[in-house]
Amino acid sequence: MNPFFAIVRRDARLAFRQGTDTLMTLAFFVIAVVLFPFGVGPEPNVLARIGGGVVWVAALLASMLALERLFQADYEDGGLELLALAPMPLSAVALAKVLAHWLATGLPLAVAAPALGVMMNVPGDVFPVLIGALLLGTPTLSLIGAIGAGLILGARRGGVLLALLVLPLFIPVLVFGVSAVEMAAQGLSPAASLLILGGMFLAALALAPWATAAAIRQALE
Amino acid sequence: MSDLAAYFAMGGYGAFVWPSFAVTLAVLILVWFASDRQLKRNERALAEMEKPGKGPR
Amino acid sequence: MKRLDWFANPARFLRLARAVQPWAAGVALVAAAVGLYLGLFASPADYQQGESVRIMYVHVPSAWMALFCYTALAGASAVALIWKHPLADLAAKATAPVGAAFTFLALLTGSLWGKPMWGTWWVWDARLTSVLVLFFLYLGYIALNGAFDDPTRGAKASAVLALVGFVNVPIIKFSVDWWNTLHQPASVLRAGGPAIHESMLAPLLLMALAFKAYYVWVLLIRIRAEIAAGKIRAARLRETRVAAS
Repeated sequence: MNPFFAIVRRDARLAFRQGTDTLMTLAFFVIAVVLFPFGVGPEPNVLARIGGGVVWVAALLASMLALERLFQADYEDGGLELLALAPMPLSAVALAKVLAHWLATGLPLAVAAPALGVMMNVPGDVFPVLIGALLLGTPTLSLIGAIGAGLILGARRGGVLLALLVLPLFIPVLVFGVSAVEMAAQGLSPAASLLILGGMFLAALALAPWATAAAIRQALE
Repeated sequence: MSDLAAYFAMGGYGAFVWPSFAVTLAVLILVWFASDRQLKRNERALAEMEKPGKGPR
Repeated sequence: MKRLDWFANPARFLRLARAVQPWAAGVALVAAAVGLYLGLFASPADYQQGESVRIMYVHVPSAWMALFCYTALAGASAVALIWKHPLADLAAKATAPVGAAFTFLALLTGSLWGKPMWGTWWVWDARLTSVLVLFFLYLGYIALNGAFDDPTRGAKASAVLALVGFVNVPIIKFSVDWWNTLHQPASVLRAGGPAIHESMLAPLLLMALAFKAYYVWVLLIRIRAEIAAGKIRAARLRETRVAAS
Protein backbone atom coordinates (compact mmCIF):
# COMPACT_ATOMS: atom_id res chain seq x y z
CA MET A 1 0.00 0.00 0.00
CA ASN A 2 0.99 3.61 -0.50
CA PRO A 3 3.55 4.27 2.29
CA PHE A 4 2.07 7.71 2.97
CA PHE A 5 -1.33 6.31 3.79
CA ALA A 6 0.27 3.41 5.63
CA ILE A 7 1.66 5.93 8.12
CA VAL A 8 -1.63 7.81 8.30
CA ARG A 9 -3.53 4.61 8.97
CA ARG A 10 -1.06 3.38 11.56
CA ASP A 11 -1.00 6.63 13.50
CA ALA A 12 -4.73 7.19 13.25
CA ARG A 13 -5.44 3.64 14.34
CA LEU A 14 -3.11 4.05 17.34
CA ALA A 15 -4.75 7.34 18.23
CA PHE A 16 -8.29 5.99 18.04
CA ARG A 17 -7.48 2.79 19.80
CA GLN A 18 -5.93 4.66 22.71
CA GLY A 19 -8.44 7.45 22.51
CA THR A 20 -6.62 9.62 25.03
CA ASP A 21 -5.67 12.33 22.57
CA THR A 22 -9.16 12.74 21.16
CA LEU A 23 -10.77 12.53 24.58
CA MET A 24 -8.35 14.98 26.15
CA THR A 25 -8.74 17.46 23.31
CA LEU A 26 -12.53 17.36 23.36
CA ALA A 27 -12.72 17.42 27.16
CA PHE A 28 -10.53 20.50 27.33
CA PHE A 29 -12.54 22.16 24.57
CA VAL A 30 -15.80 21.60 26.40
CA ILE A 31 -14.47 22.60 29.82
CA ALA A 32 -12.83 25.77 28.53
CA VAL A 33 -15.99 26.97 26.78
CA VAL A 34 -18.31 25.97 29.63
CA LEU A 35 -16.29 28.04 32.11
CA PHE A 36 -17.12 31.27 30.31
CA PRO A 37 -20.80 31.57 31.22
CA PHE A 38 -19.73 31.06 34.81
CA GLY A 39 -17.01 33.64 34.46
CA VAL A 40 -18.79 36.42 32.55
CA GLY A 41 -22.37 35.69 33.62
CA PRO A 42 -25.09 33.89 31.66
CA GLU A 43 -26.58 36.98 30.05
CA PRO A 44 -27.31 35.78 26.48
CA ASN A 45 -26.31 38.97 24.70
CA VAL A 46 -22.91 39.04 26.36
CA LEU A 47 -22.30 35.40 25.49
CA ALA A 48 -23.38 35.92 21.90
CA ARG A 49 -20.96 38.88 21.58
CA ILE A 50 -17.97 36.83 22.61
CA GLY A 51 -19.19 33.38 21.55
CA GLY A 52 -17.30 33.11 18.27
CA GLY A 53 -14.04 34.20 19.84
CA VAL A 54 -14.41 31.94 22.87
CA VAL A 55 -15.09 28.84 20.78
CA TRP A 56 -12.12 29.62 18.56
CA VAL A 57 -9.68 30.29 21.41
CA ALA A 58 -10.80 27.14 23.20
CA ALA A 59 -10.37 25.09 19.99
CA LEU A 60 -6.92 26.58 19.45
CA LEU A 61 -5.73 25.76 22.97
CA ALA A 62 -7.29 22.30 22.83
CA SER A 63 -5.57 21.49 19.55
CA MET A 64 -2.24 22.28 21.18
CA LEU A 65 -2.60 19.68 23.91
CA ALA A 66 -1.82 16.62 21.83
CA LEU A 67 0.90 18.31 19.76
CA GLU A 68 3.72 17.66 22.20
CA ARG A 69 3.44 13.94 21.63
CA LEU A 70 3.18 14.10 17.84
CA PHE A 71 6.71 12.82 17.33
CA GLN A 72 7.67 12.02 20.91
CA ALA A 73 6.88 8.31 21.00
CA ASP A 74 8.64 7.57 17.71
CA TYR A 75 11.58 9.75 18.75
CA GLU A 76 12.04 7.83 21.99
CA ASP A 77 11.81 4.31 20.58
CA GLY A 78 13.92 4.99 17.50
CA GLY A 79 11.07 4.75 15.04
CA LEU A 80 11.64 8.31 13.88
CA GLU A 81 15.21 7.54 12.84
CA LEU A 82 13.98 4.62 10.76
CA LEU A 83 11.40 6.83 9.11
CA ALA A 84 14.07 9.43 8.38
CA LEU A 85 16.18 6.80 6.62
CA ALA A 86 13.26 5.42 4.63
CA PRO A 87 13.01 6.25 0.89
CA MET A 88 9.93 8.39 1.54
CA PRO A 89 10.93 12.06 2.06
CA LEU A 90 10.82 13.13 5.69
CA SER A 91 8.48 16.00 4.83
CA ALA A 92 5.95 13.45 3.53
CA VAL A 93 6.34 11.46 6.74
CA ALA A 94 5.67 14.62 8.72
CA LEU A 95 2.62 15.41 6.59
CA ALA A 96 1.24 11.90 7.10
CA LYS A 97 1.63 12.19 10.87
CA VAL A 98 0.02 15.63 10.85
CA LEU A 99 -2.94 14.28 8.90
CA ALA A 100 -3.43 11.47 11.40
CA HIS A 101 -3.11 13.95 14.27
CA TRP A 102 -5.68 16.25 12.74
CA LEU A 103 -8.13 13.40 12.17
CA ALA A 104 -7.87 12.57 15.85
CA THR A 105 -8.01 16.11 17.25
CA GLY A 106 -8.89 18.90 14.80
CA LEU A 107 -11.74 17.14 13.03
CA PRO A 108 -13.54 16.23 16.27
CA LEU A 109 -13.17 19.86 17.38
CA ALA A 110 -14.86 21.14 14.24
CA VAL A 111 -17.66 18.60 14.64
CA ALA A 112 -18.19 19.41 18.33
CA ALA A 113 -18.11 23.18 17.78
CA PRO A 114 -21.84 23.69 17.10
CA ALA A 115 -22.76 22.07 20.41
CA LEU A 116 -20.49 24.54 22.17
CA GLY A 117 -21.76 27.33 19.99
CA VAL A 118 -25.20 26.64 21.38
CA MET A 119 -23.84 27.04 24.89
CA MET A 120 -22.37 30.41 23.94
CA ASN A 121 -25.61 31.54 22.32
CA VAL A 122 -24.06 31.74 18.86
CA PRO A 123 -26.93 32.08 16.35
CA GLY A 124 -27.80 28.85 14.56
CA ASP A 125 -27.35 30.15 11.03
CA VAL A 126 -23.71 30.90 11.86
CA PHE A 127 -22.91 27.24 12.55
CA PRO A 128 -22.01 26.28 8.96
CA VAL A 129 -19.50 29.13 8.85
CA LEU A 130 -18.13 28.14 12.26
CA ILE A 131 -17.63 24.54 11.20
CA GLY A 132 -16.20 25.56 7.84
CA ALA A 133 -13.77 28.02 9.40
CA LEU A 134 -12.62 25.40 11.91
CA LEU A 135 -12.26 22.81 9.15
CA LEU A 136 -9.97 25.24 7.32
CA GLY A 137 -8.20 26.53 10.42
CA THR A 138 -7.50 23.42 12.50
CA PRO A 139 -5.40 21.68 9.81
CA THR A 140 -3.34 24.87 9.56
CA LEU A 141 -2.88 24.78 13.33
CA SER A 142 -1.79 21.14 13.16
CA LEU A 143 0.66 21.89 10.35
CA ILE A 144 2.24 24.86 12.15
CA GLY A 145 2.15 23.00 15.47
CA ALA A 146 4.06 20.11 13.94
CA ILE A 147 7.02 22.43 13.32
CA GLY A 148 7.02 23.25 17.02
CA ALA A 149 6.65 19.58 17.94
CA GLY A 150 9.74 18.78 15.89
CA LEU A 151 11.75 21.62 17.39
CA ILE A 152 11.18 20.60 21.01
CA LEU A 153 12.25 16.95 20.64
CA GLY A 154 14.67 16.31 23.47
CA ALA A 155 14.08 19.69 25.10
CA ARG A 156 13.46 20.27 28.75
CA ARG A 157 9.85 21.18 29.63
CA GLY A 158 8.80 20.69 26.03
CA GLY A 159 5.09 21.22 26.58
CA VAL A 160 5.27 24.76 27.90
CA LEU A 161 7.98 25.66 25.41
CA LEU A 162 5.84 24.36 22.56
CA ALA A 163 2.99 26.65 23.59
CA LEU A 164 5.31 29.67 23.66
CA LEU A 165 6.72 28.80 20.24
CA VAL A 166 3.55 28.12 18.29
CA LEU A 167 1.11 30.59 19.80
CA PRO A 168 2.54 33.65 17.99
CA LEU A 169 2.28 31.71 14.74
CA PHE A 170 -1.31 30.70 15.50
CA ILE A 171 -2.55 34.25 15.90
CA PRO A 172 -3.23 35.00 12.20
CA VAL A 173 -5.39 31.86 11.96
CA LEU A 174 -7.28 32.93 15.06
CA VAL A 175 -7.81 36.48 13.81
CA PHE A 176 -9.34 35.43 10.50
CA GLY A 177 -11.20 32.44 11.95
CA VAL A 178 -13.02 34.65 14.44
CA SER A 179 -13.53 37.30 11.79
CA ALA A 180 -15.37 34.83 9.57
CA VAL A 181 -17.70 33.86 12.42
CA GLU A 182 -18.27 37.48 13.45
CA MET A 183 -19.11 38.57 9.91
CA ALA A 184 -21.61 35.73 9.57
CA ALA A 185 -23.13 36.63 12.94
CA GLN A 186 -23.69 40.19 11.72
CA GLY A 187 -25.30 38.97 8.52
CA LEU A 188 -22.36 39.98 6.33
CA SER A 189 -20.46 37.69 3.98
CA PRO A 190 -17.60 35.73 5.58
CA ALA A 191 -16.14 34.96 2.18
CA ALA A 192 -13.07 37.19 2.48
CA SER A 193 -11.99 35.76 5.84
CA LEU A 194 -12.65 32.20 4.69
CA LEU A 195 -10.59 32.77 1.58
CA ILE A 196 -7.70 34.07 3.66
CA LEU A 197 -8.02 31.06 5.96
CA GLY A 198 -7.89 28.86 2.88
CA GLY A 199 -4.83 30.69 1.63
CA MET A 200 -3.08 30.24 4.95
CA PHE A 201 -3.93 26.55 4.89
CA LEU A 202 -2.42 26.13 1.44
CA ALA A 203 0.69 28.06 2.42
CA ALA A 204 1.09 25.95 5.54
CA LEU A 205 0.50 22.78 3.52
CA ALA A 206 3.30 23.76 1.15
CA LEU A 207 5.86 25.01 3.69
CA ALA A 208 5.22 23.43 7.09
CA PRO A 209 6.11 19.78 6.26
CA TRP A 210 9.44 20.95 4.90
CA ALA A 211 10.19 23.03 8.03
CA THR A 212 9.03 20.15 10.24
CA ALA A 213 11.38 17.77 8.44
CA ALA A 214 14.25 20.22 8.97
CA ALA A 215 13.39 20.41 12.69
CA ILE A 216 13.25 16.61 13.00
CA ARG A 217 16.55 16.21 11.20
CA GLN A 218 18.19 18.58 13.72
CA ALA A 219 16.81 16.45 16.53
CA LEU A 220 18.15 13.24 15.03
CA GLU A 221 21.67 14.49 14.36
CA MET B 1 13.16 79.15 36.74
CA SER B 2 9.62 79.04 35.47
CA ASP B 3 11.17 78.62 32.03
CA LEU B 4 12.88 75.46 33.21
CA ALA B 5 9.66 74.23 34.78
CA ALA B 6 7.83 75.00 31.54
CA TYR B 7 10.46 73.10 29.60
CA PHE B 8 10.16 70.03 31.82
CA ALA B 9 6.40 70.11 31.49
CA MET B 10 6.86 69.53 27.76
CA GLY B 11 3.63 71.32 26.93
CA GLY B 12 1.70 69.01 29.25
CA TYR B 13 3.23 65.84 27.84
CA GLY B 14 6.08 65.68 30.31
CA ALA B 15 4.70 62.59 32.05
CA PHE B 16 4.98 60.69 28.78
CA VAL B 17 8.11 62.13 27.20
CA TRP B 18 10.53 61.87 30.11
CA PRO B 19 9.67 58.29 31.12
CA SER B 20 10.06 57.25 27.48
CA PHE B 21 13.62 58.51 27.36
CA ALA B 22 14.39 57.35 30.89
CA VAL B 23 13.22 53.77 30.35
CA THR B 24 15.03 53.59 27.00
CA LEU B 25 18.26 54.72 28.62
CA ALA B 26 17.77 52.38 31.57
CA VAL B 27 17.04 49.30 29.48
CA LEU B 28 19.93 49.87 27.09
CA ILE B 29 22.36 50.47 29.95
CA LEU B 30 21.04 47.35 31.68
CA VAL B 31 21.53 45.16 28.59
CA TRP B 32 25.05 46.49 28.09
CA PHE B 33 25.89 46.01 31.76
CA ALA B 34 24.56 42.45 31.91
CA SER B 35 26.45 41.53 28.74
CA ASP B 36 29.68 43.07 29.96
CA ARG B 37 29.41 41.38 33.34
CA GLN B 38 28.83 38.00 31.68
CA LEU B 39 31.89 38.55 29.48
CA LYS B 40 34.10 39.43 32.43
CA ARG B 41 32.81 36.47 34.42
CA ASN B 42 33.47 34.05 31.55
CA GLU B 43 36.94 35.42 30.84
CA ARG B 44 37.82 35.18 34.52
CA ALA B 45 36.69 31.55 34.62
CA LEU B 46 38.67 30.83 31.45
CA ALA B 47 41.82 32.40 32.90
CA GLU B 48 41.39 30.26 36.03
CA MET B 49 41.17 27.10 33.92
CA GLU B 50 44.17 27.92 31.80
CA LYS B 51 46.48 28.71 34.74
CA PRO B 52 49.54 26.46 34.66
CA GLY B 53 49.30 23.68 37.24
CA LYS B 54 45.51 23.52 36.99
CA GLY B 55 44.13 20.36 35.38
CA PRO B 56 46.00 17.76 33.39
CA ARG B 57 48.73 18.83 30.95
CA MET C 1 33.86 18.25 16.22
CA LYS C 2 34.49 21.17 13.89
CA ARG C 3 32.49 23.37 16.25
CA LEU C 4 34.74 22.83 19.25
CA ASP C 5 37.83 23.07 17.06
CA TRP C 6 36.87 26.60 16.04
CA PHE C 7 36.67 27.57 19.67
CA ALA C 8 40.30 26.54 20.03
CA ASN C 9 41.37 29.34 17.71
CA PRO C 10 38.86 32.12 17.09
CA ALA C 11 41.77 34.54 17.15
CA ARG C 12 40.96 36.35 13.94
CA PHE C 13 37.47 37.20 15.10
CA LEU C 14 38.67 38.28 18.55
CA ARG C 15 41.27 40.58 17.00
CA LEU C 16 38.58 42.12 14.81
CA ALA C 17 36.18 42.42 17.74
CA ARG C 18 38.72 44.14 19.96
CA ALA C 19 39.53 46.61 17.19
CA VAL C 20 35.94 47.44 16.26
CA GLN C 21 34.37 47.50 19.71
CA PRO C 22 35.71 50.84 20.95
CA TRP C 23 34.71 52.50 17.69
CA ALA C 24 31.19 51.13 17.91
CA ALA C 25 30.95 52.35 21.49
CA GLY C 26 32.31 55.77 20.51
CA VAL C 27 29.91 56.24 17.60
CA ALA C 28 26.99 55.10 19.76
CA LEU C 29 27.76 57.54 22.57
CA VAL C 30 28.54 60.53 20.35
CA ALA C 31 25.58 60.01 18.03
CA ALA C 32 23.31 59.54 21.05
CA ALA C 33 24.61 62.69 22.71
CA VAL C 34 24.08 64.84 19.62
CA GLY C 35 20.79 63.13 18.78
CA LEU C 36 19.44 63.62 22.29
CA TYR C 37 20.53 67.25 22.34
CA LEU C 38 18.80 67.92 19.04
CA GLY C 39 15.80 65.79 19.87
CA LEU C 40 15.13 67.18 23.33
CA PHE C 41 16.30 70.77 22.96
CA ALA C 42 17.16 72.01 19.50
CA SER C 43 14.28 70.74 17.42
CA PRO C 44 10.77 72.13 17.06
CA ALA C 45 7.60 70.70 18.51
CA ASP C 46 5.10 69.29 16.06
CA TYR C 47 2.23 71.32 14.67
CA GLN C 48 -0.32 68.70 15.68
CA GLN C 49 1.37 66.58 18.34
CA GLY C 50 3.14 69.27 20.31
CA GLU C 51 6.08 68.25 22.44
CA SER C 52 4.96 64.61 22.56
CA VAL C 53 6.48 64.18 19.11
CA ARG C 54 9.87 63.99 20.84
CA ILE C 55 9.03 60.43 21.87
CA MET C 56 9.49 59.62 18.20
CA TYR C 57 13.25 59.99 18.68
CA VAL C 58 13.37 56.86 20.83
CA HIS C 59 10.25 55.05 19.62
CA VAL C 60 11.04 54.90 15.91
CA PRO C 61 14.73 53.90 16.23
CA SER C 62 13.70 51.18 18.72
CA ALA C 63 11.14 49.85 16.26
CA TRP C 64 13.64 49.94 13.41
CA MET C 65 16.16 48.03 15.53
CA ALA C 66 13.51 45.48 16.56
CA LEU C 67 13.03 44.61 12.89
CA PHE C 68 16.70 44.96 12.01
CA CYS C 69 17.80 42.61 14.79
CA TYR C 70 15.28 39.97 13.83
CA THR C 71 16.44 40.17 10.22
CA ALA C 72 20.04 39.79 11.44
CA LEU C 73 18.91 36.89 13.61
CA ALA C 74 17.22 35.16 10.69
CA GLY C 75 20.19 35.84 8.40
CA ALA C 76 22.69 34.45 10.89
CA SER C 77 20.42 31.44 11.43
CA ALA C 78 20.30 30.79 7.68
CA VAL C 79 24.10 30.98 7.48
CA ALA C 80 24.36 28.67 10.49
CA LEU C 81 22.06 26.06 8.96
CA ILE C 82 23.56 26.22 5.44
CA TRP C 83 27.28 26.74 6.05
CA LYS C 84 27.36 25.58 9.67
CA HIS C 85 29.92 28.19 10.77
CA PRO C 86 29.89 28.36 14.58
CA LEU C 87 30.22 32.15 14.54
CA ALA C 88 26.81 32.41 12.86
CA ASP C 89 25.17 30.52 15.74
CA LEU C 90 26.89 32.78 18.25
CA ALA C 91 25.87 35.93 16.41
CA ALA C 92 22.24 34.79 16.33
CA LYS C 93 22.22 33.84 20.00
CA ALA C 94 23.89 37.12 20.96
CA THR C 95 21.45 39.21 18.93
CA ALA C 96 18.23 37.79 20.38
CA PRO C 97 18.19 39.48 23.80
CA VAL C 98 19.16 42.84 22.29
CA GLY C 99 16.42 42.56 19.68
CA ALA C 100 13.92 41.59 22.37
CA ALA C 101 14.94 44.64 24.42
CA PHE C 102 14.42 46.97 21.42
CA THR C 103 11.03 45.39 20.72
CA PHE C 104 10.03 45.90 24.34
CA LEU C 105 11.14 49.54 24.14
CA ALA C 106 9.24 50.06 20.90
CA LEU C 107 6.07 48.72 22.52
CA LEU C 108 6.55 50.69 25.74
CA THR C 109 7.44 54.05 24.18
CA GLY C 110 4.71 53.52 21.62
CA SER C 111 2.25 53.05 24.46
CA LEU C 112 3.50 56.22 26.18
CA TRP C 113 3.08 58.08 22.90
CA GLY C 114 -0.29 56.55 22.13
CA LYS C 115 -1.94 57.51 25.39
CA PRO C 116 -1.75 61.28 24.85
CA MET C 117 -2.18 61.06 21.07
CA TRP C 118 -4.81 58.36 20.58
CA GLY C 119 -6.26 58.38 24.09
CA THR C 120 -5.39 54.74 24.72
CA TRP C 121 -2.38 52.78 25.98
CA TRP C 122 -3.01 49.96 23.53
CA VAL C 123 -5.06 49.08 20.47
CA TRP C 124 -5.22 45.80 18.60
CA ASP C 125 -4.43 47.15 15.16
CA ALA C 126 -2.25 45.25 12.70
CA ARG C 127 0.99 47.12 13.42
CA LEU C 128 0.90 46.84 17.24
CA THR C 129 -0.33 43.25 17.13
CA SER C 130 2.38 42.09 14.75
CA VAL C 131 5.10 43.83 16.82
CA LEU C 132 3.76 42.07 19.90
CA VAL C 133 4.00 38.80 17.96
CA LEU C 134 7.61 39.74 17.13
CA PHE C 135 8.30 40.12 20.87
CA PHE C 136 6.92 36.64 21.53
CA LEU C 137 9.02 35.26 18.69
CA TYR C 138 12.15 36.68 20.32
CA LEU C 139 11.17 35.17 23.68
CA GLY C 140 10.42 31.82 22.05
CA TYR C 141 13.79 31.89 20.30
CA ILE C 142 15.63 32.59 23.56
CA ALA C 143 13.65 29.91 25.41
CA LEU C 144 14.22 27.27 22.74
CA ASN C 145 17.93 28.09 22.52
CA GLY C 146 18.39 27.39 26.22
CA ALA C 147 16.07 24.39 26.50
CA PHE C 148 18.56 21.68 25.62
CA ASP C 149 21.47 20.25 27.57
CA ASP C 150 23.48 20.26 24.35
CA PRO C 151 23.93 23.91 23.29
CA THR C 152 24.52 22.85 19.68
CA ARG C 153 21.08 21.24 19.52
CA GLY C 154 19.55 24.39 21.02
CA ALA C 155 21.31 26.53 18.44
CA LYS C 156 20.06 24.44 15.53
CA ALA C 157 16.47 24.21 16.77
CA SER C 158 16.23 27.93 17.38
CA ALA C 159 17.78 28.63 13.98
CA VAL C 160 14.89 26.78 12.34
CA LEU C 161 12.42 28.72 14.51
CA ALA C 162 14.02 32.04 13.57
CA LEU C 163 13.53 31.31 9.87
CA VAL C 164 9.94 30.14 10.33
CA GLY C 165 9.12 33.35 12.22
CA PHE C 166 10.69 35.61 9.60
CA VAL C 167 7.39 35.73 7.73
CA ASN C 168 6.28 38.19 10.44
CA VAL C 169 8.82 40.84 9.43
CA PRO C 170 7.28 41.90 6.10
CA ILE C 171 3.87 41.73 7.79
CA ILE C 172 5.03 44.28 10.35
CA LYS C 173 6.59 46.55 7.76
CA PHE C 174 3.61 46.60 5.42
CA SER C 175 0.84 46.24 8.02
CA VAL C 176 0.16 49.97 7.98
CA ASP C 177 -0.29 49.81 4.21
CA TRP C 178 -2.31 46.61 3.98
CA TRP C 179 -4.74 47.31 6.81
CA ASN C 180 -6.62 50.30 8.16
CA THR C 181 -4.51 50.93 11.22
CA LEU C 182 -4.54 53.51 13.96
CA HIS C 183 -0.74 53.54 13.76
CA GLN C 184 0.40 56.06 11.19
CA PRO C 185 1.82 54.93 7.85
CA ALA C 186 5.49 55.09 6.93
CA SER C 187 6.96 58.58 6.84
CA VAL C 188 10.65 57.89 6.35
CA LEU C 189 11.38 54.63 4.53
CA ARG C 190 8.87 54.96 1.76
CA ALA C 191 8.67 55.51 -1.97
CA GLY C 192 9.05 59.22 -2.66
CA GLY C 193 11.46 59.87 0.20
CA PRO C 194 10.95 61.02 3.76
CA ALA C 195 7.95 63.11 4.65
CA ILE C 196 9.50 64.63 7.76
CA HIS C 197 11.07 68.04 8.02
CA GLU C 198 14.86 67.92 8.18
CA SER C 199 14.99 69.54 11.62
CA MET C 200 13.25 66.42 12.89
CA LEU C 201 14.91 64.02 10.48
CA ALA C 202 18.39 64.84 11.80
CA PRO C 203 17.87 63.80 15.44
CA LEU C 204 15.86 60.78 14.25
CA LEU C 205 18.64 59.53 12.00
CA LEU C 206 21.29 60.27 14.62
CA MET C 207 19.42 58.23 17.22
CA ALA C 208 18.99 55.44 14.64
CA LEU C 209 22.74 55.50 14.05
CA ALA C 210 23.37 55.50 17.80
CA PHE C 211 21.14 52.45 18.28
CA LYS C 212 22.82 50.59 15.42
CA ALA C 213 26.29 51.31 16.76
CA TYR C 214 25.10 50.29 20.23
CA TYR C 215 23.88 47.00 18.78
CA VAL C 216 27.29 46.30 17.20
CA TRP C 217 28.99 47.22 20.48
CA VAL C 218 26.86 44.92 22.64
CA LEU C 219 26.86 42.19 19.96
CA LEU C 220 30.65 42.02 20.05
CA ILE C 221 30.64 41.87 23.85
CA ARG C 222 28.11 39.05 23.83
CA ILE C 223 29.89 37.05 21.13
CA ARG C 224 33.16 37.36 23.05
CA ALA C 225 31.35 36.07 26.14
CA GLU C 226 29.98 33.12 24.15
CA ILE C 227 33.41 32.32 22.77
CA ALA C 228 34.87 32.28 26.26
CA ALA C 229 32.03 30.01 27.40
CA GLY C 230 32.68 27.71 24.43
CA LYS C 231 36.37 27.52 25.29
CA ILE C 232 35.51 26.58 28.85
CA ARG C 233 33.18 23.86 27.60
CA ALA C 234 35.84 22.53 25.22
CA ALA C 235 38.48 22.53 27.97
CA ARG C 236 36.16 20.68 30.34
CA LEU C 237 35.40 18.13 27.64
CA ARG C 238 39.12 17.56 27.10
CA GLU C 239 39.63 17.13 30.83
CA THR C 240 36.95 14.49 31.16
CA ARG C 241 38.35 12.67 28.12
CA VAL C 242 41.85 12.62 29.57
CA ALA C 243 40.53 11.60 32.97
CA ALA C 244 38.53 8.78 31.44
CA SER C 245 41.39 7.42 29.33
